[in-house]
Amino acid sequence: MTPFLVAFALMIVTPLVYSMYLSLFRNQLMGGTTFAGFANYVTAFGDPKLWDGVGRVSLFLVVQVPIMLGIALIAALAIDSGRLHGKSFFRVALFLPYAVPGVVAVLMWGFMYDDRLGLTGSVNDLVGFPLIDPYTKQWILTAIGNIVTWEFVGYNMLILYAALKTVPLEIYEAAAIDGANQFRIVRSIKIPAVRGALVIATIFSILGSFQLFNEPTILKQIEPALISTYYTPNIYAYNLSFVGNQVSYAATVAIVMGLVTAVVAYVVQLRGTRREI
Amino acid sequence: MTITRNRRVALGALAALMAASLTACSGGGDDDGGGGASEGANADEIEAALQEGGSLTYWTWTPQAETQVEAFEKAYPNVDVTLVDTVGAGDANTKLQNAIAAGDGVPDVVQIEYQSIPQFQLPGQLVDLTAFGFADLEDLYTPSTWGAVSQQGIWGLPQDSGPMAFFYNQEVFDDAGVEAPTTWDEYIEAARTIKENDPDTCIGNDTGDAGFTTSMIWQAGGKPFHTENGAVTIDLADEGTTKWADMYQPLIDDELLCQLPGWSDEWYQALNDGTIGSVALGAWMPGILEDGVPDGKGKWRVAPMPTYDGTPTNAENGGSAESIPGAAENKLLAAGFLKWLNSSDESIDAFMETGGFPATVKHLESPEFLGYESEYFGGQKINEVLAAGAADVNEGWQYLPWQSYANSIFADTVGQAYLDKSSLMDGLAAWQEENVSYGTEQGFEVNGG
Repeated sequence: MTPFLVAFALMIVTPLVYSMYLSLFRNQLMGGTTFAGFANYVTAFGDPKLWDGVGRVSLFLVVQVPIMLGIALIAALAIDSGRLHGKSFFRVALFLPYAVPGVVAVLMWGFMYDDRLGLTGSVNDLVGFPLIDPYTKQWILTAIGNIVTWEFVGYNMLILYAALKTVPLEIYEAAAIDGANQFRIVRSIKIPAVRGALVIATIFSILGSFQLFNEPTILKQIEPALISTYYTPNIYAYNLSFVGNQVSYAATVAIVMGLVTAVVAYVVQLRGTRREI
Repeated sequence: MTITRNRRVALGALAALMAASLTACSGGGDDDGGGGASEGANADEIEAALQEGGSLTYWTWTPQAETQVEAFEKAYPNVDVTLVDTVGAGDANTKLQNAIAAGDGVPDVVQIEYQSIPQFQLPGQLVDLTAFGFADLEDLYTPSTWGAVSQQGIWGLPQDSGPMAFFYNQEVFDDAGVEAPTTWDEYIEAARTIKENDPDTCIGNDTGDAGFTTSMIWQAGGKPFHTENGAVTIDLADEGTTKWADMYQPLIDDELLCQLPGWSDEWYQALNDGTIGSVALGAWMPGILEDGVPDGKGKWRVAPMPTYDGTPTNAENGGSAESIPGAAENKLLAAGFLKWLNSSDESIDAFMETGGFPATVKHLESPEFLGYESEYFGGQKINEVLAAGAADVNEGWQYLPWQSYANSIFADTVGQAYLDKSSLMDGLAAWQEENVSYGTEQGFEVNGG
């Protein structure tokens, strides 16, 4: 038990406590670092930039996560159905994007989105008018959602597929004897079987959404005015700390976001597991 | 012989003692007020320290630094310089800020962009080099670069300069039947003609670039930022700023510029294939064109910056100095290295050999430099144009004490005008507002215009 506790204290508790400690101060170019009590928290709760970011990642969460998990579920069911030719090929192909490093994936998509040199340009040339224009205020969040979905569908599919594999064959046999068709089997056996896995995948996705950073940060280099320095709470904290010389306030933002994420994840877990109890 | 030797040892001991006392008084790092009058040395003492030797750490992203350091170590074999490549200006600022905050691993000599000097100087994190007799070096440098390092003290020695110039692709201009513009009115006319001639091409590119915009405001005679005794005044609606914005707005409204951010792969490609016909940037640009735009060889030319009314005016774009942080361990030795680095012929020649654009008047005026015929520019004597531009730089420009932060939020505010084709003046007002609130938060007394 002791080795675990030491590691736990060092890796989990220390950074948390240190962040909380940092968040009680105030950094100034003129005046240095002074104790500020809970002033940073008061600022954070009324900070329009922070809540703009929270609003954006929440919208992202509400739209992108269901789409991604829906596709992952359909893919898992399709591969599990046994009616798919070359199922190991599809399993690997779907999972492959997850193996591509995130930064590389965004650079790749960022290039494809380009309307001069990229795929978008070719499509627009083909139809003769600007059909898709990812680098606009209206579409950029969708464009990011597309990248994230591409990256993580395979990963989530694998979680769900693993859960499907644990269903004993006898249950399917019994269902067949009872005359259940495939849709009935999916609805009454398979979906309830993956419920727990779905809750876990949802929680992972919530964490991922709230921590959105890589994709917008890299796309900002392509279109700087489109993605602000507070586009997501993580980007905001990063800029506060490394550009704005406001380490303490960045720590406050991180703690507030940690709390928000924990609450949302907890609510989802409660709702997701309620009927099982 | 013995006498000289003994004197040398004595001087060395003195130097070491002084260095130790300097270190002692700079223990805290932040609060050490940029060096008091008590520290310092004259030229002989500096020379003696160099002979005595020691070790130094030098942070830079200058490509020529390695050659320079080798030459220095040859001249002063007892000094050992550790060169740390900080890759680029942005990362270097963050790195230096972190090292100073941590009070550990602070370099003895560090490269800082002119625009970032106040950010370190005002909180008292740089050594005032007046104490080392560096005021005598003033005449070596162009007025604008010296002005950038000497505001109520001397905070570094200029390494290079970037007087702006107009670089253009002759082929693109010939194709559209236009000449290189001499005024901004002609520039806008040329922009329209180029666009009409081939809608896929444009005279230039801009998606909102803070460094470019501040230089353009500088050229228009604006002085939006002013710091005196810790009090900062921001007026991004002053006469010069308004003059620039009024001139520039049609370029945005009528979509005359390519929507490509500078320094991206796409940008290089567009310069290579003639999609972008010109850039207005610092005098360090020729090296970048030769490296990054190989297809433009023989096609590019350089001209003086377009003006507003025919009177030549110019601004600096980029450029940096080397400074000594207040928390540096060996300031005397650092001062010796710094002096050699940015004022000796040996060092500056090495810097210029591979395309560096110096800040020293003598080198800028040397016949070999001015007479250099660039093959890339079709045999044009480019340095004649570039050096002439250095003489026209408007004096009195200041950057904000937090310019790198200000630049980071430029896209959030002024950048929106480029994206939405909205008013630049509104964007500038938003930028001002953000900067006033940041400056106030950071403990400055800020007056918003």
